[in-house]
Amino acid sequence: MASRYSLGIDVGSTTVKTVITDQNGELIYSKYQRHLSKVKETVTDQLKLIQADYPDEDFTVCITGSAGLGLADSAGIPFVQEVHAAFLAVKEKQPDADAVIELGGEDAKIIFLTGGVEQRMNGSCAGGTGAFIDQMATLLGITADELDELSLRAQKIYPIASRCGVFAKSDIQPLLNQGARREDVAASIFQAVVDQTVSGLAQGRTIEGKVLFLGGPLFFLRGLKKAFVKTLGLDEEHAVFPEEAPVFVAYGCSIYAANSSDLFTIAQLIEKIRDAKASDSIVTGEPLFSSRAEYDQFIARHKQFDLGYADIHTYEGDAYLGIDAGSTTTKLVLITDDGRILYQHYSSNQGQPLDKIVAQLKRIYSEINPKINIRGSAVTGYGEDLIKAGLSIDHGIVETVAHFKAAAYFCPDVDFIIDIGGQDIKCFKIKNRSIDSIMLNEACSSGCGSFIQTFAMALGYDIAEFSQLGLFAEHPVDLGSRCTVFMNSSVKQAQKDGATVEDISAGLSSSIIKNAIYKVIRAKSPDELGENIVVQGGTFLNDAVLRSFEKELGRNVIRPAISGLMGAFGCALYAKERAERSSSLISPEELEEFSYTSKSAQCGGCTANCQLNIISFGKGRRFISGNRCEKGSGQAKKNDIPNLYEYKYNSILAMEKAYDPVQPRATVGLPLALGFYEQMPFWNTLFGELGFKTVFSDESSRDMYYLGQHTIPSDTVCYPAKLAHGHIEDLLDKGVDFIFYPCMSYNLDEGDSDNHFNCPVVAYYPELLAVNNSRLNDDNFRHPYLDLNIRKNVIRVMGQALKEFNLKGKIPAAVDKAYAALENYHKDVAAKAREIIAQARAEGRKIIVIAGRPYHIDKEINHGIHKLVTSLGMAVITEDSVAALAHTPKLGVLNQWTYHSRLYRAAKYVTTQTDMQLIQLVSFGCGIDAVTGDEVRAILEGGGKLYTQLKIDEINNLGAARIRLRSLVAAMEQK
Amino acid sequence: MAEHAKFTEDMIKTHTILVPDMLPIHFKLMISIFEACGYKMELLQNDSRAVVDEGLKNVHNDACYPALLVIGQFMDALNSGKYDPDKTALLITQTGGGCRASNYIHLLRKAVDKNYPQIPVVSLNFSGLEKDSAFKITPWMFLKLLYAVLYGDLLMTCYNKCRAYEVNKGDSKAVLDKWQKELGDIFRSGSKKFMKTKKLYRRILDDFAAVELSGEKKIRVGIVGEIYVKYSPLANNHLEDFLISEGCEPVVPSLLEFVMYCAAGTFNDAKIYDHQTMSSRIYKLGYKLIYSKQKELIRIMKEQGSFEPLHDFEHLRSLADKYIDQGVVMGEGWLIPAEMAALAKSGVDNIICTQPFGCLPNHIVAKGMSRAIKQDNPNANIVAIDYDPGATRVNQENRIKLMLANARR
Repeated sequence: MASRYSLGIDVGSTTVKTVITDQNGELIYSKYQRHLSKVKETVTDQLKLIQADYPDEDFTVCITGSAGLGLADSAGIPFVQEVHAAFLAVKEKQPDADAVIELGGEDAKIIFLTGGVEQRMNGSCAGGTGAFIDQMATLLGITADELDELSLRAQKIYPIASRCGVFAKSDIQPLLNQGARREDVAASIFQAVVDQTVSGLAQGRTIEGKVLFLGGPLFFLRGLKKAFVKTLGLDEEHAVFPEEAPVFVAYGCSIYAANSSDLFTIAQLIEKIRDAKASDSIVTGEPLFSSRAEYDQFIARHKQFDLGYADIHTYEGDAYLGIDAGSTTTKLVLITDDGRILYQHYSSNQGQPLDKIVAQLKRIYSEINPKINIRGSAVTGYGEDLIKAGLSIDHGIVETVAHFKAAAYFCPDVDFIIDIGGQDIKCFKIKNRSIDSIMLNEACSSGCGSFIQTFAMALGYDIAEFSQLGLFAEHPVDLGSRCTVFMNSSVKQAQKDGATVEDISAGLSSSIIKNAIYKVIRAKSPDELGENIVVQGGTFLNDAVLRSFEKELGRNVIRPAISGLMGAFGCALYAKERAERSSSLISPEELEEFSYTSKSAQCGGCTANCQLNIISFGKGRRFISGNRCEKGSGQAKKNDIPNLYEYKYNSILAMEKAYDPVQPRATVGLPLALGFYEQMPFWNTLFGELGFKTVFSDESSRDMYYLGQHTIPSDTVCYPAKLAHGHIEDLLDKGVDFIFYPCMSYNLDEGDSDNHFNCPVVAYYPELLAVNNSRLNDDNFRHPYLDLNIRKNVIRVMGQALKEFNLKGKIPAAVDKAYAALENYHKDVAAKAREIIAQARAEGRKIIVIAGRPYHIDKEINHGIHKLVTSLGMAVITEDSVAALAHTPKLGVLNQWTYHSRLYRAAKYVTTQTDMQLIQLVSFGCGIDAVTGDEVRAILEGGGKLYTQLKIDEINNLGAARIRLRSLVAAMEQK
Repeated sequence: MAEHAKFTEDMIKTHTILVPDMLPIHFKLMISIFEACGYKMELLQNDSRAVVDEGLKNVHNDACYPALLVIGQFMDALNSGKYDPDKTALLITQTGGGCRASNYIHLLRKAVDKNYPQIPVVSLNFSGLEKDSAFKITPWMFLKLLYAVLYGDLLMTCYNKCRAYEVNKGDSKAVLDKWQKELGDIFRSGSKKFMKTKKLYRRILDDFAAVELSGEKKIRVGIVGEIYVKYSPLANNHLEDFLISEGCEPVVPSLLEFVMYCAAGTFNDAKIYDHQTMSSRIYKLGYKLIYSKQKELIRIMKEQGSFEPLHDFEHLRSLADKYIDQGVVMGEGWLIPAEMAALAKSGVDNIICTQPFGCLPNHIVAKGMSRAIKQDNPNANIVAIDYDPGATRVNQENRIKLMLANARR
């Protein structure tokens, strides 16, 4: 070999690592450093350090890492893919390892070494990595190390969606706002990372034997280590955390480099990296402002929407308090009778909204002129219930109402309000001075304010400074607008291509705006938004974001100076409207004594076993959250509002007992999954009539999901499909003779549609189950193809599928009974719907059609949304129960799926009923609902109804759903 | 809802029909067939970022990436001012299965009606959808289109092989261009010369065989997946070019396989569901005709000997049976596992499965079947790559590089 030394440079998404090995492959130097996205500079700095010790030596060199790819290309230095580099290092250092798990800044990788070498990395939609942990730590207002400290003192784990950082955030935020212990949240974050790795990466392969853990996060974070070891069931011998973990990949890279014949001195390398040309592939847009003058004019224009101020020390008279306990920030205003501000506050809540507000209230009480009478108070936001209970606030109102109140104060003719906060984008269209439609961001379009903030911090700036930078950027980068995880990689690419921080700052502002307009509002032209647009929310205080919005729309908008405080201001206005003689607000004396403790418990009110947070304020006052229905809250009485979701669910479940043959021919397992939630009457009857004992899988639960998690090959498929894996495992565990689960391209033809397909997932999921669960074979898993519309086909296919039982002559009669049972079930559901409608009308209740798919009655899928609706005093019926009552309206799309065609008819029916509204339930990842959603909206809005869509996934938390539903109620009341 | 603009008889003369860019080689040949019938057509080739932006603006962002790109490409072209909206029509293919793709045309109409209500959208389908359009495919045209697919597949296969190994850069492209022109002229002339397949296939093969190739050994990488993303350079970020720059030979299965898969689906379903109809019988006849043409091409490729022949379709069907039922007919259905298996069996172990992010059928037929295929073919090295408006090239290329590192190990 020509050279003595070999150098490996690992440029990851957040760090740079360098390693030198000598001719024997011994590691003789290593360094690990965060690069804060200044890739070239950091690499050069490290090379200079090496140069000091090795000024003239020749090196063989190689670069690796996700951010190293571009650098290597442009600098003309050899490159090795990082997973492969890790593989080489493992071979060298830990030859007896069976599997390797490596977590990096933004990537997660797994290598299986024994039983067929396989190297994998996370797909494009997976956020459970180092950057994700950093982001979560930021959310809690602490460092990653502090997060780690906290996690070690955890008592319990909350389920947190692990697939994607954005999802996880929307799980964590409400937990914090409801007062969950930070220690528990911290440990839950690590558990989410582990779950993500196990389900997303292993994809059906079991991680066992000696497992090597690599990468920065797995080296530095003890809580994360603990969670991995525990989840994989490893003992000390089989869980290896090597000393050199952080630089392991760089070491492998250096091993790879040793085989190269090209030699460089460090000086040559520095030169090469300096000369590396940025490619010109970045797409850029126009500057936000062409000149300083234009900017000054812009500022002046927005100045006119300032509020007046009054002195809290000298003012005398009535005052009203408004609090917006938002997801990441706390906002508070105290206003006078004529709308002047006496006191205002805006700050990050650092996960402790109650403490923050108590502190502010104490300040107000200490400064306030005794001649001020606080006559009313109102609170809104994620933390509404907690704050209202803790501080005896007079009113709790839903955010949408608060924002509308505030916007109308500045612009009585407002047509459109858009609020971009830390975690949410909320938009409302206003018609006839009432809220006409509401659009909220969904999980996969969540480019909101906190994203810019996290980004600014990652680049080492504070938020104000960072956004200022973008104002005069010459070439704002086009960063795309999908989700934050993707935006991260877009930013990385832009940096690699030489974009400046200024350009990126401006680009991020414009991404957020594009996300809002095209994803959330889904506007085709600015005119759709109307003439008078009011923008608000903390994010719009950022001039670059505001300007991007105006530029994208091509028109000027109104931004009140208190943009960030609008929710609180709206609350104060509301409190003023409803003011009594005096407020119930906690008194200064009580406030001095105020303290609280929180603990967690499990509700035993029903089988949902909700995780409860119980916060005690002393004197027997307490606040309970986490409950889906009012049972857990320990206050309300039994809820007997009619609910067709529960009725359907219970009827399906009860069917298992319909037949109980004394000497069954065999036991047949029917999974409670996907299409079975519709066709159970058919199959249960068919098998029962033929003398089989049917066994259903147990009800779905989170545990059921974990049971089958290791057999899921595609981590982006919808949650209802993922659950099917658990149901199969459950039936196998129950020891049934065989599982029956037919494939069906076609569903029942209900007429009134262009075709009657199943969606691809419902149609063919048994095929996927068959090849991905190694316990299944042709004998114990029967999944024939059949078409229920064609009787003779069902008879023939069933005859074949059950050949060994010699049932030929008996099948036709059983099939006919099965058809009759299915028809009876449909009739029964329709009859029950009529009964519910009649009862609701008699009681003067509104009726909500929750429109989804048959399997949405599964409580693990709907997370109890139907109970949330009844808890608001409305009756619930289902799409299939009313679909037959209307004809399909003219559609702009091909109407070719049976379940989906019911949505259109149900929507049409709702438009003919004054006391009904429709909520569409959409499972995350359901591509078909991208088609149906717009159509259902058009039908409803065309008929003067509101459109509300709720996206559901594994996320357990109903915070966002609750806001939407309450907004819907508020809007219905105003109509 | 207002009526959409219809494509009428007189528009044949006055209107230019824009065609989206999916398979440039094939589509150019097909256009010449339509030109012979009096239509004016133009293949779009705009592929700037604006295409994606227009797509994002005009299509529900959860809709699949192919829909977003095709519609974005149309809107970008129309907005460019190059085309008179009163004299332009748009052509889109429509398959009519249980996949979302059947809805592209409706999503396109929604977008077009908003901005250019006078522009008709024309459906190219073989399922009898959209009957009231003056744009009609006669049996004779259908036959010609079939030949265009055959020639296109032959050109594509030879071209991909040659350009990966050519000694003089540009040689393969020159042969391709020559034949693209010659075949185009034949189709445009309206003559029946295109049926002289034996002679023409042979000459094409000989011409490509004459390209000087280096003898080096390269990693062969098969590309399967969702039909649009698999073929369209716009969608897959010029995947074939990238593989060539990485020193690999891209192996792309033929379009004919997809055509035959669609034809077989109809009579397969008839059998599976005991539902024989007139049209399923006709499809069976059509299938037999196409299969005989495929066999002819395969025979001639074998005789000539320079290039690996296309996969025999009946062979593909039997390979599929090992993993999945041929009842899986949504999207690319059982064809994807069959193609993966066929590639692995013929020594192309490295396979990229291209898919739009969140593609529903691909959960089952691509990611869902990979494990079974790997089990049977231990050397198979399969990677699924998601394509999406937000996915970055770096991210995709890094994953492909990982696959290549595995291949080189």
